[in-house]
Amino acid sequence: MNDLNTFRRETRAWLEAHCPSTMRLPLREADDSVWGGRQPTFKNDEQKVWFERMVEKRWTAPEWPVEYGGGGLSKAEGKILREEMKVISARPPLMSFGIWMLGPALLKYGTEAQKQTHLPPITRGEIRWAQGYSEPNSGSDLASLSTRCEQNGDHYLINGQKIWTSFGHKGDWIFVLVRTDFEAAKHDGISLVLVDMAQPGVTTRPIKLLSGASHFCETFFDDARCELDNVVGELNQGWTVAKYLLTHEREMIGGSAIGRAAMRPLSEFVTQQVGLNEQGVLSDPVLRTDVARNEIDALSFLWTTERVADEAKAGQGVGAMSAMLKYYGTELNKRRYELMMYSAGHDALTLDREDHLARDWLRTKGNSIEGGTSEVQLNIVAKRILGLPSV
Amino acid sequence: MAMLLTDEQNMLRDSARSFLQGSAPIDQLRRLRDDASSDGYDRSTWRSMVELGWAGVLIPEEHGGVAMGHVAAGVIAEEMGRTLTASPFLSTAVMGAVAIAKNGSTSQRDRWLPTIADGSINVAVAVDEYRSHSPTLVSTTVQSSGRGFRISGSKSFVADGHVADLILVSGRTSGDDKDENGISLFLVPRDSAGITIERQMMVDSRNSASVQLDDVMVDKDSLVGEVGLGYAALEQVLDAGRACLAAEMLGSAEECLAQTIDYLSTRRQFDRTIGSFQALQHRAAHLFAEIEIGKSAVMRALQALDAGSKERQLIVSVAKSKVGRVAQLAAQEAIQMHGGIGMTDEINIGFFLKRVRVAEALYGDANFHADKFARMRNY
Repeated sequence: MNDLNTFRRETRAWLEAHCPSTMRLPLREADDSVWGGRQPTFKNDEQKVWFERMVEKRWTAPEWPVEYGGGGLSKAEGKILREEMKVISARPPLMSFGIWMLGPALLKYGTEAQKQTHLPPITRGEIRWAQGYSEPNSGSDLASLSTRCEQNGDHYLINGQKIWTSFGHKGDWIFVLVRTDFEAAKHDGISLVLVDMAQPGVTTRPIKLLSGASHFCETFFDDARCELDNVVGELNQGWTVAKYLLTHEREMIGGSAIGRAAMRPLSEFVTQQVGLNEQGVLSDPVLRTDVARNEIDALSFLWTTERVADEAKAGQGVGAMSAMLKYYGTELNKRRYELMMYSAGHDALTLDREDHLARDWLRTKGNSIEGGTSEVQLNIVAKRILGLPSV
Repeated sequence: MAMLLTDEQNMLRDSARSFLQGSAPIDQLRRLRDDASSDGYDRSTWRSMVELGWAGVLIPEEHGGVAMGHVAAGVIAEEMGRTLTASPFLSTAVMGAVAIAKNGSTSQRDRWLPTIADGSINVAVAVDEYRSHSPTLVSTTVQSSGRGFRISGSKSFVADGHVADLILVSGRTSGDDKDENGISLFLVPRDSAGITIERQMMVDSRNSASVQLDDVMVDKDSLVGEVGLGYAALEQVLDAGRACLAAEMLGSAEECLAQTIDYLSTRRQFDRTIGSFQALQHRAAHLFAEIEIGKSAVMRALQALDAGSKERQLIVSVAKSKVGRVAQLAAQEAIQMHGGIGMTDEINIGFFLKRVRVAEALYGDANFHADKFARMRNY
């Protein structure tokens, strides 16, 4: 306990001394986040300084083992670091699918060589990873995927198309689900492979979304090359790895939804838009009820994420619980944005608001689709937690 | 604080579950209803609960209790919600105990707490006077009178009122309706002259009564806390009751889901188990999610009460509001997914629908607590 208190004191002092003041402001614009990569971009010097200091401190992946570039912190220490960063509203120094998704899968399923090769550049923000999962004809039915991966002498050749590749056009490497056995049942012929995107066989095309943004891409593989030792886990056993990785994706999406909710109570925003009457209550009584219910749900959800984490730590966890959290967190976030739109009235509908509310609102509609739709999450809960039979 | 039960609390849950399912299952409530029991609860079952220490769960050891705290009280209440066990636990062991243990004078504590802990008295809390819960709307009048106070008014929806030996009554000593100041609390023995208690037959077959006070004289020692400053104490008592009611409703919701999953897994139509239909799977999975969310609010509220957190009122309102709605959903979904049989008195699902409706209204429904929550958050 004393060690943890010391760690907390030292962490607080370090963050206080090293986190620039502008890096303690809420993320507003897309370029407020650092994603690293072979050609990293920084909005300003402070952003770069904060990123570099955290990289040097190895706190971009604080709980990963030191030998793979991580900070080597215990779970308890990692929690303290997150708490202390929250206290000063420190921005994440590095956004990274490598840290959130691929890393945990490599730590669990990767070979020693794969860990040595791929994990340290992720923690230093040198390689930006993209995720190649969905295909035009394999969305919710992901295991029906048909991107082909066939051995060609001392390497594989990949042919096919992926879609909804987040920031695919900015990725350096991509982890891709491919079919490596064309005879086996659909879940049994899939492998997860790692592919360098800097080659002529890999091209990307951004997709324009209804929010006007283009964070997602189509990614095309035309005789793209992949080295034989870049299969994660066993050949044809990629579905297991893919599911593990999806668990982390679900947690990330559900968690980021609530992260926003926890940062600023909905009622603060709504009060600012609508105002209070002379009794000190929100001027729109119907909206007030909806806002109160949403906040009650949001707090209860926030506590649920804490409880589920505590249960997991104590070994009482239910794995599929991340499906429930993903479902609830994203639906809650969509309702939150609907209420923000109601509260801002006509002004919400303009595209030149400084907080680009309309674009953010439009973006939330994807929350309950990406990373497995709400319906897929409910299927998982029904089968894996409630034990209801398949058809 | 980790949102986990301690080993001690886990053991309590296991023993409560096994006792209640063995000795006080829903069939007991059905019998009490069908036999038109005059007590409305089974005295020998309550005696066993007292022997298990439940009556003293919130009473300090020096007064004969086991002082296990609100989380433990909630664990018991949750298990009672699964079996819909009728007992004076909430009114006496939770609210009566908190009223006196936390706010009573030394002599009140010495006099009453041991009798609560050993099961020799029942306590009821008489707070409501209007069509729905409004603890600041107090028209019951109190006048100083020589050696004590003279109380007149009428209270309704008093849980366990007709089996109470001691009634905690809120009265107005000054101020107007809705003023928090000017409310005082009294411990009124039920055999005081001028008290008329009339049992109300309730939809959930549980105990409730109206209490009429006509110039009831009580002595100075019956005042709890100070004159005119009783509201904070009343809220503390109510919050303990609300959190435990939320725990009870959570238990009921969990049981509704469990019985529904059993039914979905056995009932066959169209040559298949109906639980394989996605339309039903999604209803059940959504309900599961809502219950999990409510469970966290309950645990947080009970922990906040034990910790004396500054935010405990806010958190209790979150819990009562959230779980109230979740429990209504659970009972309604259970009936829907049971189909026609769910509408019959033969199976037990209907008992849950009736109980969670009453528990929802008791000490503030989801709307009352959403409004209170919004006020506490300044909007």
